[in-house]
Amino acid sequence: MKLTGKAWQFSDNISTDLICPGRYYHLRSDLNKLAKHVLEDARSEFAASVSKGDFIAAGVNFGLGSSREHAPIIIKMAGISAVLAKSCARIFYRNSFNIGLPVILCDTGKIGDGDKLNIDIEKGEVQNCSTGETLHFSPIPKIMAKFLEEGGLIPYLKKYGDIKI
Amino acid sequence: MKKTIVEKILSEHSSRDVHAGDFTVADVDLILVQDGTGPLAIDVFNQLETGKPANPGHSVFFIDHASPSPRRELANDHAKIREFAREHGAVMFDIGDGVCHQVMTEKFTSPGGILIGADSHTVTGGAVGAFAIGMGSTDIAVGLAYGKNWFRVPESYRIILSKGFRRGVFPKDLVLHLIGTLGADGANYKCLEFSGESLGHMSVPDRMTVANMSVEAGAKCGIFPSDETTKTFLENYGRGDKFKSIKADKGAEYEKIVEIDLSTLKPMVSLPHRVDNVLPVDAPELRKININQVFIGSCTNGRIEDLRTASSIIKGKKKHGNVRLIVTPASRTVFEQAIGEGILEIFNKFGASINTPGCGPCCGVHQGILADGENALATSNRNFKGRMGNPESFVYLSSPATAAASAITGRITDPRENM
Repeated sequence: MKLTGKAWQFSDNISTDLICPGRYYHLRSDLNKLAKHVLEDARSEFAASVSKGDFIAAGVNFGLGSSREHAPIIIKMAGISAVLAKSCARIFYRNSFNIGLPVILCDTGKIGDGDKLNIDIEKGEVQNCSTGETLHFSPIPKIMAKFLEEGGLIPYLKKYGDIKI
Repeated sequence: MKKTIVEKILSEHSSRDVHAGDFTVADVDLILVQDGTGPLAIDVFNQLETGKPANPGHSVFFIDHASPSPRRELANDHAKIREFAREHGAVMFDIGDGVCHQVMTEKFTSPGGILIGADSHTVTGGAVGAFAIGMGSTDIAVGLAYGKNWFRVPESYRIILSKGFRRGVFPKDLVLHLIGTLGADGANYKCLEFSGESLGHMSVPDRMTVANMSVEAGAKCGIFPSDETTKTFLENYGRGDKFKSIKADKGAEYEKIVEIDLSTLKPMVSLPHRVDNVLPVDAPELRKININQVFIGSCTNGRIEDLRTASSIIKGKKKHGNVRLIVTPASRTVFEQAIGEGILEIFNKFGASINTPGCGPCCGVHQGILADGENALATSNRNFKGRMGNPESFVYLSSPATAAASAITGRITDPRENM
């Protein structure tokens, strides 16, 4: 999978409350409306200005907190094609692959806001076209890479009928 | 090869020997779904087109987060959950029954079992020696449909507890201290396995508070061995037959060992907007923090033991004029006990607002959203920006004793001054 887009920089510890605030709890069954508020408490301009294919480049522990899968869903709906972070909270990480949103763990300290990136998931490379630097990342766990290939856990199960380790 | 508690449980449920780092498919014993994540789990379940849930009698649905419904949209979500549970014969707990994690531990979660829940605080079930983990709606839908899911066996940190708490210090203070020590991602993907001589005088409710917040250090689960204390707890809820002794093998491998002498701990406070941003309650910078709202409740600290401690501190005292106190018993059982013991009368006379059992204002949906610039002191588990419904407000976390003492003074107060 090869991806191209520009990076939106976020800080450390972006919680699911910042991604998908509890005050919009009532919009969870109306994802189009909910997606308009994605990350608004972290960067208020994000939802209106993000372009299809863009990346999030965050610090440590991205997505900490609640199990709400709505958080990665509305990030994906906003057009984000991959989340890059120094580290990612466990449930958010798993939820993202389940819905077909790749999370890439790499040194995002070398990515600035607005940098243009080329990502090759199989090769484990992030090319920062703005700085000329190439970042490397460890392969995605095999089973999660399989989900990603199929577009998420549900399409995977539809195809294979069972989870194969 | 010797095993940790998690390795034992996952091996038994996978019908093969598994160890930290392995990926495995395991049967799940129990599934928990709540009103914030349930509607999406139902949609995904329907997409899977497998028909009925694999184990409807062990699939438990809760309406606890926005309960009773404050809005039309949420009322419709609730109707969808009720309808699904009715159609498939799943177990349903409706408004007023309580927080999912409290009810699950009282009525369902058993030692050695696997519980997956569409709520991050599902880890609470580790208090009775279950492998209990939070997952998203898709994973829960897969669990509902297939009765199993895939897991990566986590490495374990062994947390060894020695001696006992001093007066005014509680399990909440222990877990806040631990999260402060490890950091908010210090145990990411790991299991926190608790052990040591102190377990002999930690009740299951005490253990629930600690297991509940293990996720705030990033942990996949927090787990206690099951012992005589667990057995008595289960017997008290009429589930003595579910007892099973479970503990780690001597010589099991741990990635890290953390030793904590409980007698050295002080009451702790977590400062906004990070749970691992902790200070002892007597830190000078906390003295000037005025509190507008105190919340006593949640899956972390809404149990009868918590309400007893808090009510004993406020009894006969006057609430500070600038403070609102919200009390939310964690379950219908707790509510009934609190009525029977005269505790709600004490809170009522003190001037508290008493909520129906449920999550209360913890997750910022209703029942106590803060105004701009306001400070809350809450016994719940998270103080992220916006957590209690307003990104312009500030949430501090503490034990019920510290919360109660602070409701009297209107500022963050050391409970040892009132005990």
